[in-house]
Amino acid sequence: MPKLLKDKSLVDNGWQVLPKDFAGSLPNAPCFVPLDYWLANKQSPLNPDTVGVWLDAEQEPEQFADDIKSLKHLAVNFPSFMDGRGFSIARLIRERYQFTGELRAIGHIVPDQLFYLSRCGFDAFCLEALDLGDEAEPHHQLEDYLAAFSVTYQACVNQEQPLFRRR
Amino acid sequence: MYIYDQHDKTLIGERVAQYRRQTDDYLAGKIRDEVFLPLRLQNGLYVQRLAPMLRINIPYGMVSATQLRALAHITRKYDKGYAHFTTRQNIQLNWPQLEEVPDILAELAAVEMQGIQSSGSCIRNVTSDEFAGINADEIEDPRPWCEIIRQWSTLHPEFAFLPRKFKIAVSGAKSDRAAIQVHDIGLQVLKNEAGEVGFKVLVGGGLGRSPAIGQVIKEFLPAQHLLTYLEAILRVYNRYGRRDNKYKARIKILLKAWTAEVFAAKVEQEWLQQIDSPSTLTDEVIAHAKDFFTSPAYENVDVTSAEATLQQLAGEQIAFGKWRDRNVVTHKVAGYCAVHLSLKPTGVAPGDVTDSQLEAIADLADRYSFSEARVTHHQNLVLGDVKLSDLHELWQAAKQLGFATPSIGTLVDMICCPGGDFCSLANAKSIPVAEAIQRRFDDLDYLYDLGDIKLNISGCMNACGHHHVGNIGILGVDKKGEEFYQVQLGGSALNDASLGKVLGPSFYAHEIPDVLERILSIYVEQRIEGESFLDTHRRIGTAPFKEYIYAKAA
Repeated sequence: MPKLLKDKSLVDNGWQVLPKDFAGSLPNAPCFVPLDYWLANKQSPLNPDTVGVWLDAEQEPEQFADDIKSLKHLAVNFPSFMDGRGFSIARLIRERYQFTGELRAIGHIVPDQLFYLSRCGFDAFCLEALDLGDEAEPHHQLEDYLAAFSVTYQACVNQEQPLFRRR
Repeated sequence: MYIYDQHDKTLIGERVAQYRRQTDDYLAGKIRDEVFLPLRLQNGLYVQRLAPMLRINIPYGMVSATQLRALAHITRKYDKGYAHFTTRQNIQLNWPQLEEVPDILAELAAVEMQGIQSSGSCIRNVTSDEFAGINADEIEDPRPWCEIIRQWSTLHPEFAFLPRKFKIAVSGAKSDRAAIQVHDIGLQVLKNEAGEVGFKVLVGGGLGRSPAIGQVIKEFLPAQHLLTYLEAILRVYNRYGRRDNKYKARIKILLKAWTAEVFAAKVEQEWLQQIDSPSTLTDEVIAHAKDFFTSPAYENVDVTSAEATLQQLAGEQIAFGKWRDRNVVTHKVAGYCAVHLSLKPTGVAPGDVTDSQLEAIADLADRYSFSEARVTHHQNLVLGDVKLSDLHELWQAAKQLGFATPSIGTLVDMICCPGGDFCSLANAKSIPVAEAIQRRFDDLDYLYDLGDIKLNISGCMNACGHHHVGNIGILGVDKKGEEFYQVQLGGSALNDASLGKVLGPSFYAHEIPDVLERILSIYVEQRIEGESFLDTHRRIGTAPFKEYIYAKAA
């Protein structure tokens, strides 16, 4: 399975992402279920240590706002790296719904977005989504992308105070 | 002017390093074309018809003499010795080499300039009024607010991959010179009855394929909430703006689909969730921003004697008098004035300047205007703080340098995009049409008699030349590989903003000067004493123009 960039280092990724129209019984391994599946099945006992929820770009965190805090793993899909809806979704999940678990970017992103993604609250990135391949050594250290800038003007998930209050 | 502190300098330096690495990776084949595209666009680099084009931000149009000299040096060293001022107060290089752009950005960074987000689907350079801080009709200087917005929008992590480009303009005056009604967001600075500062917020204006006038979604936003409210608008747009069709992706389309009321309610709902968050502006922050835009050290000028001298000189030298009438604007401080440096001499593409002209402007700014200049939405420059007693000397210098064409606001002071000569999007050339018009209408007395007329020319429906809001708009169209020009009448980007209406079937390029002549003859014939072209057109409509022009042409 492709590795995962998490907390600035590469780790094994034991999680699978179930398809958007998934129905039926869950696999015997950690997985992200699509939001609709979660909404339909959340009454049955689902272990937050092994079941996470993924949202597509047009879906709304408002749809499961009350459940977010009880979850430990969330993922947001980027249909294309040019589709920036996931940045807003991530901030809502972190800032409005106070999610403190793992927030993963899936789908299609590029390394030069890692800095913005992490500012918006993502802390886990599938290498598959980064299109770097499994074994391929990225041409730069991924942590360099995460630290592209030492100065930021705006308040965001990882910096609650805008620069004008820190100057 | 705003002066960078250590934070700004560090950020811009890191941006240059990042782009250098991105360019190296691209040239080494490690970044695919489609991935490099937004990275280079968000640093200002387009790939044009003949070469890349680099757009450099001039935030809200303010540029220092030092920066002008650096721009001159860059156009000489990395380009062909000329550059182009745009309608959004920016400057463009037409011939940079892709591999040299990181070096250009490093040279710009040294003088506190950059191309961050000057292209691409992100928040663009904020624009404003060229007379900010110096005009008597001003409610409040918009520049501190522009600078606050500039910093907030720069490398905003949530809004770098919007559905489409996003433009914000701010006006602090009673007369709108920043075209705020045709921006994605237009902000009008206001004071309420208690004297508190706030903003009227307009959304959904824009030109391009589906032109629209912005609609008010908030009558008075207290100033401290500026950034949280902007963030709410952008978040609603980022989440719900269309991404399936690039021609329907601007915020104006979302507003149309939802109605302004529904959009406003959605924004309000989002804003109330973040109201009073740390992004709320404090009095200290506002005061800090205002500190950069205090008045320069104006001298006491003997106004009566200066005026008398100017009056006498204007009597003796008709050319000086004409220039003063057209190109000089009153100032809020007695004894001072603002002076247009025209970039519209006949035979030069509107808005173009050479490297040595940029240096000459820097010298004039140093000598006559506290070392600063301003770029106008109409692709001219302004020296904002000129002593009346220096005016005649400045005129002589400007005349020698080619900046004294006394045509500001007239038919030949036109807005014009680079068109098919440079731009890969264009359907038709625009610069030769502009030149043909300038050559035909070379009688200053006739131009002055016509008065203020805005003529705007675009080489395609993307409308960089703002043809929809010209009193007379000309649009280049392509029909089976041939270039034609459609004429529109009745547009305006001022307080009374309106979109022009198409006159009728389009014309060949060579017919345009004749067509204009006929349009103007109808105006002259029908106008009531003192009535402008726009007012006459609004009174009599398009029909009389149409009848005459197409009858004659047939």
